[in-house]
Amino acid sequence: MVKRWLSIAVALLSAGLAVPAGQAMAEEGAVALLHSGADIHDINSLQRGAREFMEYCSGCHSLIYLRYKRIADDLKIPEADMKAQLMFTADNIYDSIVSAMPPADAAAWFGKQPPDLSLKARERGPDYIYSFLKGFYVDKTRVWGVNNLYLPNATMPDVLADRQGLQKPVFKNEADENGSSHMVLAGVEMMMPGALSPQEYDAFVRDIANFLDYAGEPVKAQRESLGIYVMLFLLVGFVLAYLLKKEYWKDVH
Amino acid sequence: MAATPESADTGSGKGLIGWIDRRFPLTVLWRTQVAEYYAPKNFNLWYYFGSLALFVLVIQLVTGIFLTMNYNPSSAGAFASVEYIMRDVHWGWLIRYLHSTGASAFFIVVYLHMFRSLLYGSHRKPRELLWIFGCLLFVLLMSQGFTGYVLPWGNMSFWGAQVIVSLFGSIPVIGGALVDWIRGDFVIGDATLNRFFALHVAAVPLALVFLVIAHLMALHEVGSNNPDGIEIHDGPKDPQGHPLDGIPFHPYYTVKDLVGVMGFLLLFCAVIFFAPTFGGLFLEAPNFEPANILQTPPHIAPVWYFTPFYAMLRAVPSFAGTQVWGVMVMGSSILVLFFVPWLDRSPVASIRYRGPIYKIMLTIFVAAFVTLGLCGLKPPAGIYPLLAKICTTLYFAFFLLMPWYTRFDRVKPVPQRVTGHG
Repeated sequence: MVKRWLSIAVALLSAGLAVPAGQAMAEEGAVALLHSGADIHDINSLQRGAREFMEYCSGCHSLIYLRYKRIADDLKIPEADMKAQLMFTADNIYDSIVSAMPPADAAAWFGKQPPDLSLKARERGPDYIYSFLKGFYVDKTRVWGVNNLYLPNATMPDVLADRQGLQKPVFKNEADENGSSHMVLAGVEMMMPGALSPQEYDAFVRDIANFLDYAGEPVKAQRESLGIYVMLFLLVGFVLAYLLKKEYWKDVH
Repeated sequence: MAATPESADTGSGKGLIGWIDRRFPLTVLWRTQVAEYYAPKNFNLWYYFGSLALFVLVIQLVTGIFLTMNYNPSSAGAFASVEYIMRDVHWGWLIRYLHSTGASAFFIVVYLHMFRSLLYGSHRKPRELLWIFGCLLFVLLMSQGFTGYVLPWGNMSFWGAQVIVSLFGSIPVIGGALVDWIRGDFVIGDATLNRFFALHVAAVPLALVFLVIAHLMALHEVGSNNPDGIEIHDGPKDPQGHPLDGIPFHPYYTVKDLVGVMGFLLLFCAVIFFAPTFGGLFLEAPNFEPANILQTPPHIAPVWYFTPFYAMLRAVPSFAGTQVWGVMVMGSSILVLFFVPWLDRSPVASIRYRGPIYKIMLTIFVAAFVTLGLCGLKPPAGIYPLLAKICTTLYFAFFLLMPWYTRFDRVKPVPQRVTGHG
């Protein structure tokens, strides 16, 4: 583990030297989001996502509007398993998910308190979370040595670097309105593989994005399933109402 | 077939109904307002939107009451209480989506209801007051939409309120004091949220309900218009004195409106269960972030149903050091609606018998209104400011030139009796 971190640090340094400062800037939203393929009805993916979130994210990020009990019920996780394996900072299953990090310390360490993620997927969509978690690249000008393709000058460190590996930025030349050429950020490229293969990492962050989509609206899957029955009921109601109207209107000439 | 119960004269009935009738005009009301209210038999699709507006009003009132039970009208608790409703209150998510989708549905239905008037001349004599009540209802609906939008206390609620309330600041002399008076504070804050809550759940709905009653009373006094724009009460009558082109509202139009309600519910529930945010139009993405005075959303735009008017506001440049002209144009765009009964000088009511000029003008008007709506959603850059200026001009041209083009337009002969039936 120490060796891995050491090699990451070395890679960050060397790559950072190669990237001219100031180039790693991009307009927010300039890069199109990746398609996550997250499926709110895939309960296995949601269960994995819940586990990954608790393990990798909940140290800093809270889900203040979501209770452990709700997750256990919705994702069909037995309460005993929930308590033993997913509840690190709470004893009461009715509690909501609060990060263990004191807010004042968090603000001091990271410059700002890591945001609550309860509604992040509702605000920016699961594809954004998926893209963001795949968008880190080395940038020596930043405090944590990384920047993000999808959230320029993000203050979050690349905590999943040992899973994904390290990416370096790719630039392209682009002419501005005055005709002079500039280097702009075009994408990222793997420079040092992590513990997971690219396919495994994609699946890993897809599960997290999917879980956060669930966290944004826990009733979403149930709402869509129920909706089909509601539509069928109304369709029958519509036909009956139409036939009733036809019957009554027979004598209007 | 017409199921007219209690055809007995008032007061002579037996049982409970008779007991009530001797003390309250229950049977008389039922007969005059429903069972023997004769409506033209040729209503088409456009005539569903009146009863649908009433239906959506009931949805909003009922869901609103249940939301109020769990909502916390304070800047500290509002946002969290909405999430509490969405997650912890049994079926709270459904009630909230019914209400949020209902707000958009209300405007869709009302816009179509108003357009129906322009199609068939429902605003014309003797229905001027009916139309004015309708315009007042539209103003109340807009204030309901605005005050309600602030209540979830998301970041767009906050900044939307900031922008709209500050419009009053452009009024000369009293502007600054007026804005403070509206907000109840020097910023949009707890005091503002509290008073908007009071307006949204008590004052405006109360006025809305009373005005709907007045709107219906005026309608039943003058009788309904129809797609031919002719008066059925001036036409031939049966021996009982009922118009031959009319049919009792109940059961004919109650069962017909039931079909409309079911059709509406199919679309309405499709949105609620499969696309409650409607791609960020009905519930906007920045509103899932709590109100934050330090962070402006990337682009502030009102909800879709206000964007045509917002685009007109922005279309007018500031002049002589003040923005008040845009505010005046926006206000006039609503005010001009009140005068339509007197601007319309056509000898005929319905578009069926009007000439090509009115048809062209109405088409241009609708296109301009929809385009303004799109302009209001977009940041004021590129083609949009110019487009908004052109469409604002077209919007006003439709109304202000109406006395001329309706008078000189070619018209077709109007039939004596209504044509066809639904």
